[in-house]
Amino acid sequence: MKISVAQLWVQDQEEALAFWTEKVGFEVRVDVTMPEMGDFRWLTVGPPGQEEMAIVLMAIPGDPVMDAQTRAQVADLTAKGFAGTVFLTTDDCRADYERLLARGVEFTEAPEERPYGIDAGFRDPSGNAIRLTQVTWSLASTK
Amino acid sequence: MMAFAPPARHLLRAKDLADARYAEPLAVEDMAAAAGLSRAHFSREFRRAFGESPHGYLLTRRLERAAALLRNTDRGVAEICLDVGLTSVGSFTTSFKRTFGKTPTEYRRSYPPASVHAIVPGCVARAYARPQVRTFREDSPAVGS
Repeated sequence: MKISVAQLWVQDQEEALAFWTEKVGFEVRVDVTMPEMGDFRWLTVGPPGQEEMAIVLMAIPGDPVMDAQTRAQVADLTAKGFAGTVFLTTDDCRADYERLLARGVEFTEAPEERPYGIDAGFRDPSGNAIRLTQVTWSLASTK
Repeated sequence: MMAFAPPARHLLRAKDLADARYAEPLAVEDMAAAAGLSRAHFSREFRRAFGESPHGYLLTRRLERAAALLRNTDRGVAEICLDVGLTSVGSFTTSFKRTFGKTPTEYRRSYPPASVHAIVPGCVARAYARPQVRTFREDSPAVGS
């Protein structure tokens, strides 16, 4: 098995699309709207050079998927920063930080030396946390 | 582009500010400004969203960082107090003891340096190691409760 697509809840797909493409530098992989499914929009983005993995920017749905109360809870949890995190790796954390900062990305942490490398943190407009790590030790495995 | 976001998104900016700049002389007023709310309104809304006062959040962030520095460095207690944005060593020691059940010096003695540290992201360590305390003497009685 392999990981193919992972999901982030987003408050607004257009806003999320602009953020991930114009600010982070990802490319659009799939952008399909299906009228037969209540105009459901499957929107995925991924980093150039890593074709096999993408993030789906999922609009928080209303009826019939979520009732109004559930929808409000998911939107609220996302805004509080408790709905999702993406861990990105990079060859140069400080250079990426400078570039993204200049584009107006909301950083929560500037690059810092850690036992596993150098990393920084930022938020997407919806409230999701994104880590940006220049890895010297694998975070996914201790092997 | 201004898109819809629940009001909690602004409160998250205040929480992120406490996490990022606890080492500076940051106060609840600065957190309120980051959220774009008045001090009193902010404290109520923050507590409603996150279940604790902004003062409590900021102080436990500082105490968590202080505990990590006591475990992982040989810096003195007074220096660590200043390193985490607190100015009174007396208040620091009192808050620390109420939170961890030991004075900073006793706490340090109870944690001999581990030879092997698990490698987890710093953000995870900070989120999970932050102590949970219901009230602090430093809490303004007029706010929260």
